[in-house]
Amino acid sequence: MTKLTPTPGQTVGPFYGYALPFKKDNELLAPGSPGSIRLQGTVYDGSGSTIPDAILEIWQPDSDGNIVQRTGSLVRDGYTFTGWGRGSVGNSGVYTFTTVNPGPTAPGAAAFISVAVFARGLMNRLFTRVYLPENEEALANDPLLSSLEPERRKTLIARRDPDGGLTWDIRLQGGDETVFLDFQQDGSLETSVNADHSARDNKA
Amino acid sequence: MPQEQTAQALESEELVPPAEAHAAHVSPKKVETQADLSAEMKGISDRYAEALKNGRGPETMPRLDYAPYRSSILRHPTKSLHHADPETIELYSPAFGHQDVHALESDLTIQHNGEPQGERIIVAGRVLDGDGRPVAGQLVEIWQANAAGRYIHKRDQHPAPLDPNFTGVGRCITGDDGSYSFTTIKPGAYPWKNHLNAWRPAHIHFSMFGSEFTQRIVTQMYFPGDQLFPLDPIYQSIVDQDARDRLVAEYDHELTSPEWALGYKWDIILTGSNRTWTENEAYGDAGDEE
Repeated sequence: MTKLTPTPGQTVGPFYGYALPFKKDNELLAPGSPGSIRLQGTVYDGSGSTIPDAILEIWQPDSDGNIVQRTGSLVRDGYTFTGWGRGSVGNSGVYTFTTVNPGPTAPGAAAFISVAVFARGLMNRLFTRVYLPENEEALANDPLLSSLEPERRKTLIARRDPDGGLTWDIRLQGGDETVFLDFQQDGSLETSVNADHSARDNKA
Repeated sequence: MPQEQTAQALESEELVPPAEAHAAHVSPKKVETQADLSAEMKGISDRYAEALKNGRGPETMPRLDYAPYRSSILRHPTKSLHHADPETIELYSPAFGHQDVHALESDLTIQHNGEPQGERIIVAGRVLDGDGRPVAGQLVEIWQANAAGRYIHKRDQHPAPLDPNFTGVGRCITGDDGSYSFTTIKPGAYPWKNHLNAWRPAHIHFSMFGSEFTQRIVTQMYFPGDQLFPLDPIYQSIVDQDARDRLVAEYDHELTSPEWALGYKWDIILTGSNRTWTENEAYGDAGDEE
């Protein structure tokens, strides 16, 4: 089959706030219900300032590691876990989700939540993962984590809070920049991060 | 709020969308003009043309590092994206259905008691994956300014009128053939604070899901022939002209509804699918038959 060229992304801009959020968008299940945890964190820019206009999406298996294919994320009935949620950061750059600890999708696999990041000033969405911190053996064997330098690897692992929740910050830029992922197989599509640098450096 | 306080708030904050971060090398006191920005964009464009001539392949996505869009300066990763093979959850997409979206949400002109102001349009097309397979039963969300170029959003203080009959938000679920259709109002251009006299070309924000989470996309659809294209750093952040053209809808007289609304056609191609598809998934029920 002929491969079609993908449509480019664009920034989510500053004005998604009346469009993308919806009621209980960040509550994959009701806060306080059995098994629920809080996933929270702060989104930072390259100067270390918090970003007040970012919006995140999480997509994860249930606590048994099953991938859920049930509708009802936008109009939640309070009982159906759909595995997907959307959360805007507040003025202080903090996001919060109510969810469950994702289960490993295969025996011995490291459990993680898939994350998409959108923000004003961010030209295209970024993908990343947040891993549960506990199963060190699984983390050590994880194909993605084991391909990263230790310093970078830790940007993808959440901290366990005393209340059982998870804290995980996102840094869009800087020394401790979060690892963001490129899933394209041919390697040509998403290489635009520093595409202009070689030309610029040559000129300088 | 008392009158005095309002005036003060406007003065101390912004009349139009948010102040943008400045590059370290740009003096914050200097007022940057369109000419300054256009020169900067031309430099990037010239270097890209040169790289193409030297045999580099075309770029298909926006630059994450595109300094003329000032807000991107501190908000783009400086390390290369890390190549990963998508696993498990990433190879699936959340499921959406008619519990999530009411059929009427695709008509942005009937959300209030009266008719909104402006030029009524139909925007329709198909969502396809990189192999041309329709993306069926997936969520499409849109949001936009009204005909005067004003968003409902509280941070939009552009002094253009709000329209009590227009919110500018729509949703739909794609059909079996990947099709979507919205009835709306043609949005106006609007000013922003990237530089002095910065205006965004008219656009509709689109958010789409594919059959895998790795295909998730948020983008903007533009209208053909907009004079603001060469001046706009967000549109120009896509340095390749063919790639830019993929964001521009096509006027389609077949789609135009007589004595009712002009039609614009725009298809969206998601990034390639990573999952190995079974015949039945790829071709639907037809795959069951020899």
